[in-house]
Amino acid sequence: MPATASELLAVTASRLLGDHKIVFAGVGTPLLASALAKSTHAPHLTIVVEGGVVGLEVLPGRLPISTNEMRAGRRAVMLPSITQTFLYAQRGFFDYGFLGGAQIDPHGNINTSVIGPPDHPRVRLPGSGGACDIITHCREIFIVTMHERRRFVEQVDFITSPGYLGGHDARRRAGLLFGEITTVITNLALMRFDSETRRMRLDAVQAGVTVDHVREQTGFDLPMAPQVGELAVPSEEELRFLRLLDPDRLFLG
Amino acid sequence: MTFVEARRRMEGKDRALRDKRMPAGDAARLVHDGHHVAIGGCLYSRTPLVTLREILRLRRVDLTLSRNLMCYEGELFLVAGATRSLVTSWIGIGLPWGLSRITREFVEGGQARLEEWSHLALGLRYRAAAMGVPFLPTLSMLGSDLLGRTSARTMTCPFTGETLCLVPALFPDVAVIHVHRADCFGNAQIDGYPHMDPDLAAAAATVILSAEEIVSTDEIRRTADRTVIPFFTVDAVVEAPFGAYPHECYGRYEADLDHIGAYARGVAAGGAAAVQAYLDEYVYGLDTFDAYLERFGAGRLRRQQQAAQELTR
Repeated sequence: MPATASELLAVTASRLLGDHKIVFAGVGTPLLASALAKSTHAPHLTIVVEGGVVGLEVLPGRLPISTNEMRAGRRAVMLPSITQTFLYAQRGFFDYGFLGGAQIDPHGNINTSVIGPPDHPRVRLPGSGGACDIITHCREIFIVTMHERRRFVEQVDFITSPGYLGGHDARRRAGLLFGEITTVITNLALMRFDSETRRMRLDAVQAGVTVDHVREQTGFDLPMAPQVGELAVPSEEELRFLRLLDPDRLFLG
Repeated sequence: MTFVEARRRMEGKDRALRDKRMPAGDAARLVHDGHHVAIGGCLYSRTPLVTLREILRLRRVDLTLSRNLMCYEGELFLVAGATRSLVTSWIGIGLPWGLSRITREFVEGGQARLEEWSHLALGLRYRAAAMGVPFLPTLSMLGSDLLGRTSARTMTCPFTGETLCLVPALFPDVAVIHVHRADCFGNAQIDGYPHMDPDLAAAAATVILSAEEIVSTDEIRRTADRTVIPFFTVDAVVEAPFGAYPHECYGRYEADLDHIGAYARGVAAGGAAAVQAYLDEYVYGLDTFDAYLERFGAGRLRRQQQAAQELTR
């Protein structure tokens, strides 16, 4: 069976994680990506989740749905309080952070709060949870999401998690001294940010996806890197491991 | 409430070393109309459902509820007419169940107010209160639209010149917390995740504690390093095995995801009427917590206990 969109996200994200690093992962795709990296090229990766877990080891078939349930804490080396977990992030211990989002703009600002005017929302979304904290305090941020035109919008209705705000040095000027949003991973492409303008640009496409298709699915003008590459397809081994982890396809779709 | 008023209120609190055990129904009477009630645990972990059920049965109104991540207890209180004001960083059950239809209807329809903070910011608000200080600084929420829609403020750091976000202390009137074991005075121990509960206990004016088991003070003394809530913060101790059910209690029983899933599907299809039916069946219709647990059945409780043992081995 070829890779589903969710499997593509998990595989592409896992390849960005280095060995001997600490990743602040949410449940779902980030946890799948982290567990996959740990089982392949990054056996010494430490996974932290916001419910208060350091160093969990996922039990295949028993993936946690929330970050603070027993399944998430399996074989952890520490179960700190939620506040303490985030304070380790603020202190600068965590190399990577993962975020998803209902809306993302060209500067990596993310909305998970409201669609429509904040005072009279058309859709009340679940809210920040730890997303705003992760994008503020982790050192390298990966945004992982399905690539849809309604998600990739010129302007988000609400900034729940601040990316590069208006671009250039706006993030720094707002007082956000740390953290860099480096990569946006989707089922269609991999995007990074221009080092000057901090605007999103297309760096690589998923295997078999055309640049035109990526642009059609993006609600803003998406410039291209000088060389747009093509990502390697997921290997048999990567897919086998993901499907072992999530046999009920809770998160793999 | 300022930190000065909160401190004065705390100075007047009864600190007598007395047996505080009481039924959940009596403990719930410490919650009055208009109170800010902070709920312990997190999402579907260690939710103090035994006490929340009794607060609902008392038909309290005008409550403000705060919780780090709010699960469907928020929906129960909204539909019951007990609250119109929620303070949280996130509300829902979990990714597979999608958005909360009830929260959407109440907030989008203007019937309820949802005040959103980042997870750390809310944690620091309880922490500041637990410390007895008026605020704590953080970089969280800078640059976000959460900043302008809450009572958070910014300042220039007098030492470094950097911009800081200041989050104000949150002093709940009542904190409702479920733990693994406590003695009759309220010295309490938690296994596994502490979530924000030790901070909640020190932040609130009144603390209602429920525990899976009541143990002797000698047993607490033997493992004093495990005690995370001291008796002098606690006002009521409720003995309640399975007191968080169908939510999980670390090492004791896993969340009953079948039950939660059935609830979520019912609400997705039936909206507020489905929540009202759930309240009628599981809250108003069952006079005792024992009757409530019987509704789930002993076999189910045992199954969830076994799952918890497997996961924490």
